[in-house]
Formats: sequence, structure tokens, C-alpha cells
Amino acid sequence: MMGYILALTAMRDGKNVTYLPSYGAEVRGGTANCTVCVSDEEIASPVASSPDFAVVLNQPSMIKYQGLIKSGGLMIINSSLVEGDPERDDIEIIKIPANDMALDLGNEKTINMIMLGAFVAKTGITTPESLMNGLKEVLKVKKAGILELNRKGMEKGAEYAGRF
Amino acid sequence: MTTQLFSWPRYLKKTAFHYCPGCGHSIIHRLVAEVIGELDIGAKTIGVPPAGCAVLAYNYFDVDMVEAAHGRAAAVATGLKRVLPDRIIFTYQGDGDIAAIGTAETIHAANRGENITMVFVNNGVYGMTGGQMAPTTILGQNSTTTPGGRDQKRDGAPLDLSEMLGITRGAAYIERTAVNSPKNIRRTKKALTKAFKTQMTGQGFSLVEILSPCPTNWKMTPVDACKWIEGSTAPFYPLKVIKDIVTNI
Amino acid sequence: MSGNHVIGEAAIRAGCRFYAGYPITPQNELTEYMAGAMAKLKDGTFIQAESELAAINMVLGASAAGCRAMTSSSSPGISLKQEGISFLSAMDLPAVIVNCMRGGPGLGNISPSQGDYFQATRGGGHGDYRNIVLGPATAQELADLTMLAFDYADKYRTPVMILQDGMMGQMMEPAVMPDPVDPKRLPPKPWKLDGADGRPSRIIKSLYLDPAEEEQINWNLAHKYEKITDEIQRAETYRTDDAQIIIVAYGTAARIAKGAVNRVREKGVKAGLFRPISLWPFPTRILKEVNKKVKDFLVFEMSTGQMVEDVRLSLEGKGNVRFYGRPGGVVSTPIEIAEVIEGKFGRV
Repeated sequence: MMGYILALTAMRDGKNVTYLPSYGAEVRGGTANCTVCVSDEEIASPVASSPDFAVVLNQPSMIKYQGLIKSGGLMIINSSLVEGDPERDDIEIIKIPANDMALDLGNEKTINMIMLGAFVAKTGITTPESLMNGLKEVLKVKKAGILELNRKGMEKGAEYAGRF
Repeated sequence: MTTQLFSWPRYLKKTAFHYCPGCGHSIIHRLVAEVIGELDIGAKTIGVPPAGCAVLAYNYFDVDMVEAAHGRAAAVATGLKRVLPDRIIFTYQGDGDIAAIGTAETIHAANRGENITMVFVNNGVYGMTGGQMAPTTILGQNSTTTPGGRDQKRDGAPLDLSEMLGITRGAAYIERTAVNSPKNIRRTKKALTKAFKTQMTGQGFSLVEILSPCPTNWKMTPVDACKWIEGSTAPFYPLKVIKDIVTNI
Repeated sequence: MSGNHVIGEAAIRAGCRFYAGYPITPQNELTEYMAGAMAKLKDGTFIQAESELAAINMVLGASAAGCRAMTSSSSPGISLKQEGISFLSAMDLPAVIVNCMRGGPGLGNISPSQGDYFQATRGGGHGDYRNIVLGPATAQELADLTMLAFDYADKYRTPVMILQDGMMGQMMEPAVMPDPVDPKRLPPKPWKLDGADGRPSRIIKSLYLDPAEEEQINWNLAHKYEKITDEIQRAETYRTDDAQIIIVAYGTAARIAKGAVNRVREKGVKAGLFRPISLWPFPTRILKEVNKKVKDFLVFEMSTGQMVEDVRLSLEGKGNVRFYGRPGGVVSTPIEIAEVIEGKFGRV
């Protein structure tokens, strides 16, 4: 969902995008993952050999994907569920206690937007406004409450990331 | 003044059948063609023949026909009927086609309640390939692959396909008849008429199983074959209405 | 929309009004999309069939009735559909079949693979026939080639296969949807069955017991395939003008190869990409043009080597052909392929 919102937002911004989810037995839990490519140019392979950024939500994913990130890249970690540090000293690491922050906001489902808010604030790939528009399009809900909650999540994430 | 009592059915082509002497297919072809004519549905009927002795049925029925792979007639008929819901779609299949290789297609078409009519010719033997055991070969019956007669322990039990279809929720009308006597032939025609009417009134899946003689592979005279149905096959597969939830026909 | 959804929407827009399928990963999104889309149409039919065999034969029935019809599956399911595809071919019936390839043989796995190239391009079922096979590589092509597949199927009265894979099917990428076609305004099909009302009855069949007659049927098909081979060869050439080595790849493998070409180009290696779009007929004519300038070829497939045979046949010994394959559902990266390219040719 997080990757899909990001891909859609970037597409609406006029970028070339590809979104490649994992599927089958891996769709829930474990190391379910997706790859989003955003580019000003035509995207050749939707498979990222060495991604610039990774958003990691749980321990197995941290272990599995830490080696892939490009040197000088960025890893944003959900420190509520991930213990310890990746074995990399050539990438920037940001730890965000997303589950705890989401519970403070009163809805665990805001984890996605907390992490995305942090990601967008840190990378500048898109703007918070575009991201909110993307979210609206994906959720297809008009309820102000749900959108507001997600906006708060996004802002909290961005704020937290700003500390690094 | 003369009155014509008997004539060539409108929907049978004027060509000689290739079937063996005493084979039930010839009678059943005629009955189906007569029913199509009497119900005046020939211009909107599409038939689906099987693989088996009746594979050449399209050479005899003077309606649109599309061949199906062995056992797949119910699936082909489903495709036709869904695209052309106001046409009349029937399949014409032998026991091997409908009750062995095509069991899945048949049961699911019945269970979906596809508004089609299936003519199931049961002669208990693979005729075209030379007389091997069919799913419906009765216990003790000889075939080229059941030397000494069908033995349940060795060859498995005969399959009561129509009874199986009878318990599907989608089937509307299922009857078993035979063509071994004038009386049974008349009953068969009545059943076929009702089956087509079931479809014409949109009431769902209909099937008539017809016990039919195969003197060649049974190695009998045509008369003995008819007697054998009476004495052996019909007691095993009782002639009866198996399911009937059809109304207002 | 995922690639599978794109195919579904394009099929609806192409006037497809009959779909029958059976669940199998990684193509389920397409079946689900068709269920939803057909339910919204007055003249649309969706059937979740009891088997792949039933699904393809339902499509055969719908096609005989004149309807644009489609089924889809993934590798093991496509094996089951081969019976029906052989019959469709023999009966000159149009149909569109989507194969979202996964690892094989046997149950294999559900990862993207290209192991079904031979099955698709050599006919797949029994008998002397071929099918048109299209290999899309982008979401846009999934849309455009699906539309084209229905047109080809009707025009040549033959099954057309869209050969994609788990990655194409799952990936989301922007695409502009083609304008919808009104099925009622498609060219008439004077051969279809709809009841012999006021005309002689028609037969659609494949049984010809007289060998001389069956031979003629085979030659008729062969002539049709010659015509198709002449008329619809399609391929993309990318950075081939000054290339010293050409990577030949289709579908997902071609996307990876394109990334590799760009990578090695940055280092000064003059590589180009030849991407067959029509897999059958193989774009021999276009490859021969490229071959006039380039002699070194590297075929990359997500298999142990199938299309490479067509490349060799097309070049007729006039090129050096290397092969690199990653079968079994392994998706390699542009870096890996770049290394393979450089492995032989180094820096230029």
C-alpha cells in the first residue's frame, strides 16, 4: 500500500514510475516487499539491482535487504519492530518508532503514512501535498476524519525524520 | 386421398447413416431430429457432437454444429449458450465422452444449471475404438479390456452418472430411457421433447440418458442386444425420471 | 493498475465479451478483473470454470458463436489448455490466450520465468500448427498488444497468445488505455454459428478422416502461417545504430537487458538491444537487417535457452551468438547482465 501510494503520487507528479509488488505466499508478513522506481527518464528494469532508498518495517526484511542498498543510500527503519542496526556503515540510517507513534495517534494503520512522511521529507521525491492527493486517490474515501488522521501520521513522520 | 404418416425428418440430412446394423444411434438421431422439427427450433439450434461413434453426427443433423474435443461438449455448449442465450444448444455424447473423460465438464455444467440439453447415449462400451470398457459397462459385462467380464475389485464399479447429476442443485430435468422397444422409443421421444422444452422455457439443465444397443461390440444380434438391455442393462440402470423440477410444460 | 488489470481492461475495450478462467498464481488479478468488468456489461459473460480444460473449451464455444473471447492462465494451466488451442487452430477459430509465465517444469514456482517459449511458439498442442505469440514488455504494450491480439485473432482466424510473465502481470506502470471498440461494430463473421435460419446449416470441425483432405487442411493452415509470417513481424531496436554487440531479449528479460545496455554504454561499451515483440512469427527480417551491421549477439532469456534457437536460425550462421540464461523464476538485474556483456567484450 505504501509503495503503491508513492508510485501513484510520483506518476501524478509527471514522473516515470514502476511498482512491482511481491505476490503469492509472501503477500502477508515475512519479507513481503515492493519495489518502486521513480525516474525522469524511461525505466528499463523495474527490478532494482541496488536501490537508493529502503523503507524497512520488520526484522526479517532488515536482515534480508540491508545488503542491497546503494552505498551512500538511505534506510528508514521501523524501530518499533526492528532491533539492532544493519551491518552497514556506508549508508544513512533513520530509526522511527512507527508502531508506537501510530498507537499515540490512535490508529495502527497510520504506520504507512508515518513512514512515508519521513521518507518524503528526507528524500524530497515528492511533496506532502502530492502525497495526500495520492492517498485520497488510493483510499477512495472522502471521510475527513480518516484523511486527517493520515495527514497527522505523515506530519509526525516528517517531523521525526527532521531530527536526523 | 392419401395421408402421409411417415417422412424424412426435416432436420436430418438426406444421407445414409454409417452406424452398424442394429445400433441405437440411428434411432436416437432420428428422434432428436424429429423433436427439433416438431418444436420448430431447427433454425435456432446448435448441436455439439462428441468424440466417439457419433463424432460424425454433424453429417446427419441439418442444424449448425460445432465439434468438441473428447469430453468437452458441456464446456463448448456452455460457451455457445452464454453468448447466444436465445438459441437452443444440445450436446450428443456417448458414455465414455460424457461419463469418463468429460465427467468434470458435465457435472459442473449441470451444477451451474446451464440452460442446455444433453443427450447421453449409454451403450456400456467404447464403440468406435473397438469395444473397450466404458464407465457404464455393467458388472460381469465383457469388453476387450475386461476379459472375463467387468469385475468390481479389478476394474472398479460402473458409474451412475445420471443419478450423480440428479443430486446437483442446478439440474432441472434428468430422465433415463431406452431404445430397445417401440414403447421405450416412444418414451425416449417424450423425454427428449421435455428436455428441449425445459431449455426453451429457460428452466435450466436437462439431460436424457438413453440405454442403447451396440450389437457389434456386444457380439450379439440386434434382437438379442435389445433383449439384453431389457434383461441386464435396464435392471442395472433403472428406466425412470431421476430429477424433475420443471413446471408448466 | 497491475499488468494483469491492464490486459483485462484492454480486452474489454477490444470488445471481448466472454472470459472463462481458473485460478492460478500469478495471473489471478486478470481473472478477478474480468469477473468485475463483465458483471458491469449487459452483454458480458464471465465464468470461473471447473478446470483449464473447461475454460478453453468454453472459449471455443463462445468463439464459434462469433464472440470475442479470452482465457488466461499461468504455465501449468496453459499446458492443460493446449488441447483446446490445438482444436481452435484446426477449426480456424479466433481466441486470445494470456500466459503469465512462472517457473517450471512441473509445478515449479510462482516467480517470473520464460520457460514456455517453445510451447507457445511451436504450437504447444498436438498437430501441425502455430499460434501468433506476442511478448509485451511494458504496461503500455500490455494494453496495445491485447487490443492487437483480438484484431489478429479475428483477421487470421487463429488463437493468439500474449506471452507475459509474473513480473509483467504484477507490475504497475502508467499506461494510456486505447479507445474502446463497440463489439457490434466489429467486422461480421460470416462463418459463425447462430442457427441455420434461412441459410444452409454450418459445421465447424477438425475431423477429416480422408488423409488427402486432412493434408489439404494442413496446407491451408501452412499458407495462413506464411501470410502471417510475412505480415506481422514486430520488434524494437534500441541503440543498435552504432552497436558492436546486440543483446536479444524479450518481455521482462528485455527490460533488464535495456538497463544493462544503458549501464555499459556509460562505460563506453557500444551495446544495443534487439527486442522481439512478435515471438511467433519471429522477427527474422528485422534481425537480419540489424545483422548487416553487427555480428556479435548475446541472447538473454529467463530460461535455459529457447529463443536463442530462433536467433540462430534467423542469422543463418552469419553472427556469433552467445547465450546467458537465468531459469527457474530467478530475476536477474541489469548489473548482472552488464557484467555478462563486459565479460567478453570488456571496455571498448
